[in-house]
Formats: sequence, C-alpha cells, structure tokens
Amino acid sequence: MQNLTLLDGQKFQITIQRLCRQLIENHNDFSGTVLIGIQPRGIYLAKRVADELRKILPESNIQQGDLDITFYRDDFRRQGSPLVPNQTKIDFIIEGKKVVMMDDVLWTGRTIRAAMDAMQAFGRPEKVELLALVDRRYSRHIPVAADYVGIEVDSIASQKVVVSWKETDGEDRIVLVSEVKEE
Amino acid sequence: MALSTRHLLGIKDLNKADIELIFETADNFKTVLNRPIKKVPSLRDVTIANIFFENSTRTRLSFELAEKRLSADVVNFAASSSSVSKGETLIDTVNNILAMKVDMVVMRHPYAGAGIFLSKHVKAQIVNAGDGAHEHPTQALLDAFSIRERYGDVAGKKVVIVGDILHSRVALSNILCLKQLGAEVMVCGPTTLIPKYIGSLGVKVEHNLIKALNWCDVANMLRIQLERQDIKYFPSLREYTMLYGLNKQILDGLNKEITVMHPGPINRGVEITSDVADSKQSIILDQVENGVAIRMAVLYLLAGQAV
Repeated sequence: MQNLTLLDGQKFQITIQRLCRQLIENHNDFSGTVLIGIQPRGIYLAKRVADELRKILPESNIQQGDLDITFYRDDFRRQGSPLVPNQTKIDFIIEGKKVVMMDDVLWTGRTIRAAMDAMQAFGRPEKVELLALVDRRYSRHIPVAADYVGIEVDSIASQKVVVSWKETDGEDRIVLVSEVKEE
Repeated sequence: MALSTRHLLGIKDLNKADIELIFETADNFKTVLNRPIKKVPSLRDVTIANIFFENSTRTRLSFELAEKRLSADVVNFAASSSSVSKGETLIDTVNNILAMKVDMVVMRHPYAGAGIFLSKHVKAQIVNAGDGAHEHPTQALLDAFSIRERYGDVAGKKVVIVGDILHSRVALSNILCLKQLGAEVMVCGPTTLIPKYIGSLGVKVEHNLIKALNWCDVANMLRIQLERQDIKYFPSLREYTMLYGLNKQILDGLNKEITVMHPGPINRGVEITSDVADSKQSIILDQVENGVAIRMAVLYLLAGQAV
C-alpha cells in the first residue's frame, strides 16, 4: 500500500471555505436552497459545508439532509451480497427547491445517477447541482459533471481516494491509496 | 452483510444476526413506506410468484404490496382456480411456473414442510408464507419487530401466546423468534390445545389466563383454528371465550398496562372483544403496517444473494 496525501490541514479547510463562497455566489441567503449529503461519506461533507455557511451567514436558515441511495443502485444482484442501507434523514420537502447534492468523491458517476432517482421520492426540485470535494477526472461511466469541485485528481481504477474528517476520523485529509503489487 | 440462508423456510433456519439484519433493513423500508412516493427500484429485474394453496387476505396482500414497492414483477396464483384441482403435483405446478422464468416463489400451503420439500426440488428461492401448522416466519418477524418498536428491544420482554397453540404456525415461529432474541415466552390455553412437549422449546405453560396476563408485557391472542380441528377440543366456543377470551374488564383489572397483539384474522367476541382490539393498548394495525416493511426486507435480502 502506498499513500499519497493530496490535501490536509489548513489547505483542506481553505478548500471547504472556497466551496462555501462559490455556493453563496449562486444561492445568496439559501432561502430556496437545500443541501443534501449522499450516504455514507457525503454526509460529513454536507455537515461541514452547512456549518461553515452558518458561520458566514448567521442570519440564514441552512437546511441540510442525508440521502441513502442503497435501494436505487444499479448493481443490485450483481454483487456477492446485498448492501446494508444507511439512514435517510430529510425532514423537509424539496419540491420547487434548488438542491445541492454533495459527495466526497466523484468517480464513476453511478452514485449520482442513483441519488437523482432516490431524490425524486421527496419531490421535484427546481434545479439540482452537484458539489464534489474530490473529482477523479476521466473515469466517468456515465455523463455526470460536478458544478463545484474541491480538487481534481488523475487516478487509475485500482487506486482509491479516501477522505477523512476531523469530526469522525480525527483529522481532515484526502489520501490517494495505491495497491502495490507483490513481486 | 447477507442472510445465512438462501430461502426463508422457517425461523428455525435463522440465527440472531439474520433476524437483526432483517430488522435493520426493515427500519429503512419503513421510512420508505412513510414517504409520499413509496416505491424503490431495487428488485426491478426480479420476478416473484405468489402461490397460495390456502386462503389468505393479509399475508397475500402484504407480500404483493412489498413486492410491488420493491418494483418486482409479480404473478399471483390461487390453487382453487388452477390446474391443481385437475390433479397436478406440487413440483409440476411450480416447475411450470418457473419455466416462465420466475426467480422467487412465495408459497402458502396447508401441509407442514411443503416449502422445505419444494426448496429441495426447484431452483427458485422459496419464501414460506405459512405451511400447515408448522411455521409462518414472516409473521413471527413482524410480531417481534412490532414488540421491538413498542419497547425498544425484545430481549428480556415477557410474551404470552394465548389460544390454539396446537394448530398454530404463528405460535411455533413466534416462540423460535422470540427465544432467539432473548425474550421470555409463555403459552396459555386449554390443555387440549397445548402440545404435550411444548416445554422442550423452553417456554412456560399456564392454563389460567389472568395469571398469564399478570406475568406478561405483551399478550399475543391467537384465533381458534376451527378449520384445522378435526375433533372437538373444548365443549363450546362460548366456554372458550369465558375462560380464554380477553375483554376490557380483564385488561383494566391487570396490575400493569400490557400490549395486545393479534396476527389476524380476528374473531371479534371470541378470543378478543372489539373494545380491546380497538383500544390504545392494541398494536394490531401496527403489526399489519410493519408486515409490509418486514416482507420488503426479507425479499430484498434474499434477492440480493442471487447473482
């Protein structure tokens, strides 16, 4: 295993803050906008972004929810065993709202396709945008693009991008993990 | 995570981890069922046949709804209107249905072990929706799930099953499921309707209804299964009601507030009076609601194994 740290410490925080300010440019006071983190790892990003936005815009009401996509995946029955779902926690209606979906890593794009299906159970949004902390370029299986990107990474399929969060893992860090072949 | 079994033939085949996995999955499906759009696309390439050789309202509807909410293709089959009455065997009937490319079979049958027999002879995954007086696994799961929902946990709870234990598949599955989850179980009824060796399952036996109710947290009132009784097991239904029927007066006279369950169909005025069935201590309709979520979880977890 070879690990390459792509982003950590203060730079990580600066990236989050830049994403927040880009969001404010397009969504003003967030009165018609909701933030949705995709389970399991996108929820930490959504929580962090929501917390930062609340600091920058203390007057506004930032709505944020967690969306689980397990039942909407396209690889059901194509894996060894069924995936155990996570909790969906969306206590607002997204009908007519602008939705910013968030996931930590954008890779094949299949998760985002499933998330768009899953979201329909909560109404018809006016507009959907995508925010990804890490964009693994040139690896899309379906035509999906993020509107807001933290960092872009060139990687190959056997590598993994792992995002750690201060709140749950003890530190903010994005690591590119490569499997080293044993001779 | 996956179930340890390819079919759901009885609670006997499930371990504690399986039951907990089903409950956790059902929690998620229950939130799906409370949304405006109650459907998920998980089983969109799965075809399920509901084969019912015995009458059913709740179970069949509940399975069918669960299948449809998972986006499965569903075919229904009732034995009374089929070639079974022309003398076709069970294996032939099911193999003919499977030749039409069906992945899973949900079956109810009047004979104990029919599902087990079928699982050994056909390729599809089998879900037992009740086989004779043997097992009714999804009913037991939804009963335990409802107790868990009411009290937060099943372990340590005292559950009494009252009525026709001898002819009841619900009783056997419930005992196995509740014991797996760490509950204490008692059966209560006339001596003739309690199987002789029931104690070997680790349950208490009580013939006095009031004593049983004062002991328990939850009372599961079973129907007298007259259709399975070939001889008279008690002098009259009226006498049964006097000794084992639950009415509001008994319920209010207990030393604590218990929860009342019933697997349905209810014979109002026999095992339970209307005012008890409709009281706020009764969770009979919650059981029905939970039934769909539990069946979705079972079908989802079983279908996910087959590649």
